Amino acid sequence: MARFIVRRIIQSLFLLLGISVLSYAMMRAAPGGPESYFDDPKIPPSTRELLRQQFGLNEPVPVQYGKWLWNALHLNFGYSFIDRRPVIDKILERLPATIELSLASLLLGFIGIPMGVYAAMNRGKLPDYLLRVLTVIGNAVPHWWLGLMILVISANTIRLFPLGGMYTSGNDTLPDRLWHLVLPAAIGAMGGWIVFSRYLRSEVLEVLGQDFVRTARAKGVREPVVMSRHVLRNALIPVVTIMGGTLATLVSGSVLFESTFSWPGIGRMAVAAAFQRDYPVLMALTMLTSFLVIAGNLLADIAYGWVDPRVRYD
Amino acid sequence: MAEVTRASEQRVTAPVGAAEQRPSPGYLELTWRRLRRDRVSMFAIYLFAAICLLTLAAPLIATYVLHTDPNAQNLRNNFAMPGPGNWLGTDELGRDNLTRVLYAGQVSLRIGFVVAIVSLLLGVSLGLVAGFYGGLVDDLINAVVQVLLNIPTLFLLILLSVTFRPDPTGLAIIIGAIGWMGTARQVRGLCLSVARRDYVDAARVLGASDVRILYRHILPNLVSVVSVVAGFEIASAILVESGLSYLGLGVQPPTASWGNMLQNSLDYVTRAPWLVAAPGLMIFLTVLSIFLLADGLRDAFDPRMRA
Repeated sequence: MARFIVRRIIQSLFLLLGISVLSYAMMRAAPGGPESYFDDPKIPPSTRELLRQQFGLNEPVPVQYGKWLWNALHLNFGYSFIDRRPVIDKILERLPATIELSLASLLLGFIGIPMGVYAAMNRGKLPDYLLRVLTVIGNAVPHWWLGLMILVISANTIRLFPLGGMYTSGNDTLPDRLWHLVLPAAIGAMGGWIVFSRYLRSEVLEVLGQDFVRTARAKGVREPVVMSRHVLRNALIPVVTIMGGTLATLVSGSVLFESTFSWPGIGRMAVAAAFQRDYPVLMALTMLTSFLVIAGNLLADIAYGWVDPRVRYD
Repeated sequence: MAEVTRASEQRVTAPVGAAEQRPSPGYLELTWRRLRRDRVSMFAIYLFAAICLLTLAAPLIATYVLHTDPNAQNLRNNFAMPGPGNWLGTDELGRDNLTRVLYAGQVSLRIGFVVAIVSLLLGVSLGLVAGFYGGLVDDLINAVVQVLLNIPTLFLLILLSVTFRPDPTGLAIIIGAIGWMGTARQVRGLCLSVARRDYVDAARVLGASDVRILYRHILPNLVSVVSVVAGFEIASAILVESGLSYLGLGVQPPTASWGNMLQNSLDYVTRAPWLVAAPGLMIFLTVLSIFLLADGLRDAFDPRMRA
């Protein structure tokens, strides 16, 4: 187990290294890289040279990469091209909002678990059929657009939800924050509902067909006990693994959901940075989100062995 | 190719004297027959065909039926409610919403198809090579797959779209170039199992080259999987493009795509709900029809797989 964890951590570090090389190379190889930012004819050549030196753009690219990586390891991602503030400060300002929304979405997403179990217990009946239809629709509809449509309906009728933002300025109270959180979190949770419910449905059906379930029933164990102790405990094991993937979807989706609901997190920051060609910010955000995804997958892998003692690592 | 060889095999085993009997249906024909019996799949086909026809005929419809132009502005008539003249209303510049939705479909659908072609070419060839040769090549391809899979897609796309400022086709190539990993994994797995079969050994003993083995003996086995994957690729490409264009980082105006028509949605929420509803509904119907079709196709190819 310890060896497995060490190996997975080393593997993850190499992954991060690969991602950093890829994104750095991409940015530098592209036409109109960061240097084009100084191509303003109004800037005199001497000032341009000074700027290049200040931003370290006069050194060979591999050296620049090495320095960038070394600094990034110390959480120093350089300075924003736009407002010259340290990138890490800008990100840390925005991170809590993203974490709040993602955590709320993840927690709400767990509702997919009872949905899947219920569908499996009513296989072939109305709940099962309904879940299937909802899953198909939920896969085909862009979730952010669904959020927009709910905003449209709510804004033109009874204003059930606010038009966006994290809180009403001047009224930053807990109920107000919750009111702002509900719709974005529910839209973010849709991915979790679909994945968890579908997974749980097939897992429960599979476990229900196992011998030990029949044995338990034959012994006269009551049905609720069979479901909770024999079926659910086994069916829930894979949930740990798909949680890693759900985290990735949430991080990626944060860009869309935060833009839709004017949520002041890192996703919207990434879009703004993209419009301004603020490369240091974009690079830092790509690295940070990749790190989150890799760490999530790593934790899921380790947790998998912990909840399921049958898993053997070789 | 697959259907030709199989049909001829079956013809050989047909009873003697049954010369006037029609040849047994081939693999693809059997699939088509099964697909035609599935009502959901047929509904999906009709829906998808209708969407394709409507968008392809956009110039004709605009000229002869609606008498509109997708880029003609009329600032006196902006945010007009849906009604006669502008069936789906007008946008902030007074452009006809229905006309723009139809024209945008051409762009969004084209992107979907190009993405699928690019990612299938990459995914199938890399998956085949990885599965067939194994060893160092396999490890290398797997490393690239792992790196790409662990960067959140939208962040990578934003980075790429900012650096390259692509036109719609370029955008499609970029989306395809970072979206082939799932296909490659599936093809690799299948290739591993097929490459171990006896007839592959037989072909090698007879002196067939690697390219010939891959092309003639392994690839035909992947037809079913690849065509189902292609469907999912097109659908998810349309979703990804719509998201990116919605953020303003995909297809750039004045070219309309379903995604970038929604770019200013937040301003429309109270003033012009029809501008939010129409493009999104088209995305939903298109993606839905492709998903249903791909799902039906999977069942039709292999009835035992039916869930």
